[in-house]
Amino acid sequence: MIWDLHCHLSGVDGRTPDERMAQLISYADRVQVERLVVFMGFPWAQDPAPEEFRRQNDQVLQALSHWHDRAFGFAYLNANFPEESLLELDRCVRNGPMVGVKLWVARRCADEAIDPIIRQAGELNAAIYQHTWFKVGGNLTGESTPLDLAALAGRHPDVPLICGHTGGDWERGIRAIRSSANVSIGIGGSDPTAGFVEMAVRELGAERIIYGSDIGGRSFASQLAKVRGAEIPEAAKRMILGGNLKRMLLPILRAKGLPI
Amino acid sequence: MIVDVNVNLSRWPFRRLSHDETARLVAKLREQQISQAWAGSFDGLLHKDVAAVNARLADECRKFGEVRLVPFGSVNPTLPDWQDDVRRCHEQHGMPGIRLHPSYHGYRLDDPRFAELVQQATERDLVVQLVIRMEDDRTQHPLLRVDDVDVTPLPDIVAAVPNLRLVVLNGLRTLSKASIGQLAASGQVWFEIAMQEGVGGIGNLLKLVPLERILFGSHFPLFYLESALLKLQESELGEFQKRAIRADNARKLLSTS
Repeated sequence: MIWDLHCHLSGVDGRTPDERMAQLISYADRVQVERLVVFMGFPWAQDPAPEEFRRQNDQVLQALSHWHDRAFGFAYLNANFPEESLLELDRCVRNGPMVGVKLWVARRCADEAIDPIIRQAGELNAAIYQHTWFKVGGNLTGESTPLDLAALAGRHPDVPLICGHTGGDWERGIRAIRSSANVSIGIGGSDPTAGFVEMAVRELGAERIIYGSDIGGRSFASQLAKVRGAEIPEAAKRMILGGNLKRMLLPILRAKGLPI
Repeated sequence: MIVDVNVNLSRWPFRRLSHDETARLVAKLREQQISQAWAGSFDGLLHKDVAAVNARLADECRKFGEVRLVPFGSVNPTLPDWQDDVRRCHEQHGMPGIRLHPSYHGYRLDDPRFAELVQQATERDLVVQLVIRMEDDRTQHPLLRVDDVDVTPLPDIVAAVPNLRLVVLNGLRTLSKASIGQLAASGQVWFEIAMQEGVGGIGNLLKLVPLERILFGSHFPLFYLESALLKLQESELGEFQKRAIRADNARKLLSTS
């Protein structure tokens, strides 16, 4: 059972969200990925105004509309617009079919302005995916590092959080969130560098690691290889490839009556 | 069976790798049905005694029979008497090719020494492997940051050396579609798939490069070997295409040596 935490409509052939989603599903079938979590539409916007993140979420809702048995959606929000983000969270998650939240690079998550979004998402049992990077050349102004996420996790110790990309530089990222027990890592969207998943299992335990690909910018192949090729027990691979994400989403999926 | 044109022996300078002992590397290659691997040496990135690097590489490759390790020696044209490294790779070690790391050796492709090196290698009928990058530039060690190789001058150089056989390693993540197309059209240029990304990546690459110019490469052991293997599964390829990429194209390339 493979569930993919991290899929985009961008970078995929097709004129419409429906065409792109059909493409993604056909490739997913080739590598035995059963479920896809999709967030953000196209083209991308780093600091989207409310009308723009609503438009992108509409694209995802459209893409999901024929694939509720194969795909889930996370709502793209922007902490620079907390009130509008809360309304969008209600629209897409509380009253809609989405099951999580995606926060990208508009505002660093260490900033307390993000807290109302985190609190409300936590109350809804929505998964929270925060993009993070440790770029040696310097991050974007609003781009979070795993240390920012650790600070956020400290303010919300009962809310599960996902450290997107594990900070890219995973040797630093794993250390940064190691002591934050409510933080899991998303391993997608970086080169398939050997040793990544082995270190994560050693330092965090397999239960805090979630497979994702970051397609269409990446391939399923390179990202699945991080788990397939890791020298870890088969039981750990099963947890990383799907078990952990399923466990995280189970309460909200059940509450919404979505297929599991 | 598979021919992997992008493998390295010895130690990655910044991290121990699970398969950086040659015996373990060979066992893993064999387990995955890789019968031949074109091997460079991580030592070639930073060591100045390149002759010793290449001698160790040749010796190490000779030790293992289960998988044929084909040594590709390093040449750094910024070092004095680099010409003798080319000679030794060819005459002393019987290597079929050399592997170049311009970004780690500190020269650009418009440096006249690069053109001279390519010319000398071609006169000796050596395949030239050109490494565009080793790792994501965002995750490099802060004290050792190197840019990707700028390939802008390369099509003209390829066109000027008609018999040159050039294999681009680790280029497909960062080279633009236009650069790839221009390079493919400039002469005998091959590309390997280690850093090909995007969903259905090999299928996309086939829109830019003729099938016969695509090679299987893994960048193992720095990358998980399974990455390149799974790319053959992710893209919808016919058996003829798979055979060509897995082995036939590489065998033809070396058989013309």
